[in-house]
Amino acid sequence: MNLHEYQAKQVLAAYGLPVLKGHLCYTPGEAEAAADLLGGGLCVIKAQVHAGGRGKAGGVKIAKNASEARAHAEKILGMKLVTPQTGEAGKLVRKVYVEAGCNIAKEFYLSLLVDRANRCISIIASTEGGMEIEHVAHTNPEKILTARIEPGVGLQTFQTAKLAIDLGIPLEARRSFVTVVQGLYKAFVECDLSMLEINPLVLTKENTFIVLDAKVSMDDNAHFRQPKIHAMLDYDEQDPRDLRAQKFGLSYVGLDGNIGCLVNGAGLAMATMDIIKAFGGEPANFLDVGGGASKENVTEAFRILLSDAKVKGILINIFGGIMKCDVIATGVIEAAKEVGLKVPLVVRLQGTNVELGRKLLADSGLAITAADTMDDAARKIVALAK
Amino acid sequence: MSVLVDKNTKVVTQGITGKTGAFHTRACKEYGTQMVAGVTPGKGGQEFEGIPLFDTVHQAKQHTGANVSIIYVPPPFAADAVMEAVDADLDLVICITEGIPVLDMLKVKTFMQGKRTRLIGPNCPGIITPGQAKIGIMPGFIHKPGRIGVVSRSGTLTYEAVFQLSNLGMGQSTCIGIGGDPLNGTNFIDCLKLFNDDADTDAVVMIGEIGGSAEVDAATWVKQNMKKPVVSFIAGATAPPGRRMGHAGAIISGGDDTAEAKFTALSAAGIHIVRSPHEIGAKMHEVLGK
Repeated sequence: MNLHEYQAKQVLAAYGLPVLKGHLCYTPGEAEAAADLLGGGLCVIKAQVHAGGRGKAGGVKIAKNASEARAHAEKILGMKLVTPQTGEAGKLVRKVYVEAGCNIAKEFYLSLLVDRANRCISIIASTEGGMEIEHVAHTNPEKILTARIEPGVGLQTFQTAKLAIDLGIPLEARRSFVTVVQGLYKAFVECDLSMLEINPLVLTKENTFIVLDAKVSMDDNAHFRQPKIHAMLDYDEQDPRDLRAQKFGLSYVGLDGNIGCLVNGAGLAMATMDIIKAFGGEPANFLDVGGGASKENVTEAFRILLSDAKVKGILINIFGGIMKCDVIATGVIEAAKEVGLKVPLVVRLQGTNVELGRKLLADSGLAITAADTMDDAARKIVALAK
Repeated sequence: MSVLVDKNTKVVTQGITGKTGAFHTRACKEYGTQMVAGVTPGKGGQEFEGIPLFDTVHQAKQHTGANVSIIYVPPPFAADAVMEAVDADLDLVICITEGIPVLDMLKVKTFMQGKRTRLIGPNCPGIITPGQAKIGIMPGFIHKPGRIGVVSRSGTLTYEAVFQLSNLGMGQSTCIGIGGDPLNGTNFIDCLKLFNDDADTDAVVMIGEIGGSAEVDAATWVKQNMKKPVVSFIAGATAPPGRRMGHAGAIISGGDDTAEAKFTALSAAGIHIVRSPHEIGAKMHEVLGK
């Protein structure tokens, strides 16, 4: 689960991290008022969407005064922000964050993440703040510093001190730096974050640090013990199809192709997408109904597929283990009858109670093309969806 | 022979009285696995369909000689359950539970350091030595005893591969699902080592996914050490970057963790790769010259 910048800063401020004063605004008038509340001088208008690269796309503007703040907010609110992370369709900006300015002396990059290769939390830091860090890692790998934190021991003073020295942070600002890093680590661990990226972390001309931008993702498995962060969910930032799927315990990712897929298990679902592509088709989605899905899950999954106008054919690929093939067949038949099946449907069932499942489908009177194997199924649906 | 589990393995189920735990304990018992104990705190002294229940894993081990545990405990308590089983000094702990917070798994990994217990999973289908012991949620009947080792990050995709192998007359020595989470107990290399040293395994099927570097690390190990042929498929070639594909581990961050990068590394290590999942069985057939 991703947070907006303003939410991330709320979370971090509670850990004593230095963030600038700011106000969340939904209208240009609110933005103008916010600018006045911040002193009426220099401020920044920032689009609040779940995507990086906002600045380059025109979603972040500096205003010299309150009337400029209003003018920028008028342009940014309601715009479709297209960044490398949003896809071509872009993201509608529904709110802006109006934030005070600061005197930037230098920009750093700092992030924390779960480092699966080293089985620990790692801190990544660089003097090249404000830049695309992947780009820096590629062109100047020596400018990327890493500190691995021992899970049983936690962040140690020498580690933050070493980072400060290696980053060339002036003596007067080191204490402030150490406090920032310790605060970020504490927030990371206590809030079950999976990623916390501060880019840039600003050193001001007054030798203090400011968290100028913050990207935060929380571990989706930790919702049960992070109710405060969970409550920051913004449905507007999610694909409505994803959202509907989530409510029924389905894992769905919308794609650009025209063949809808319904599969049980994440690995098999990815493999099904791959095989469709191998036979010259394009999957419209990834949809995993789970290893133990019920008839209701399958019915809902089928409804989601049928509601997508791009879908010109559907492939159901189920390897019944725990989930019995007759249960799947019943779900498919019910959904198809209820919603009305207007596109070709290829079904490949295998595993527990397969004969019963196939018989149910064959006797249903629906126009279903049966397939024995994965390749047979993919070949058939690609041909039918053309 | 086989790896990790066989007909002598004695299993304790942690979370036996939950819906999932009960269902699968029954299925494993029907398959012929020695399901000797169950653990549900507060229900010690009772029975579950003839299987004695205990309050702790320690007691279960002491009274029944259980040496392997399988865990169906819900995510908020699963990490604790794993650590309890490790503390009871079992040989093997298999954690089926999906959805354990990654920071809990970091704790578990740290707790396990210096201890001899092996963990498989979490978020995995378990392990099966066909005809001897099924300790997991896989459908037993698609497996046949034989000489192919299978190791995979996925559940149903593993069943698909096993089904293809069985249909072509190639049974399996042991099939291990290592799970789809970013932090797991046993990795590809651990399993490849076991199969490499097992006199009754002739070849290995390894099924990977996008995300992480486990397959590339395995490729390096295979190149230097593996004496037996390996057939491999990586799922997720068509997955877009930055999106989580069901498994927490299956997300491409760009770089070495794409399917293409993994196929390239595997191929360079002499592993027989298949680009499409339906070719797994046929490729193994070809490699073994059958």
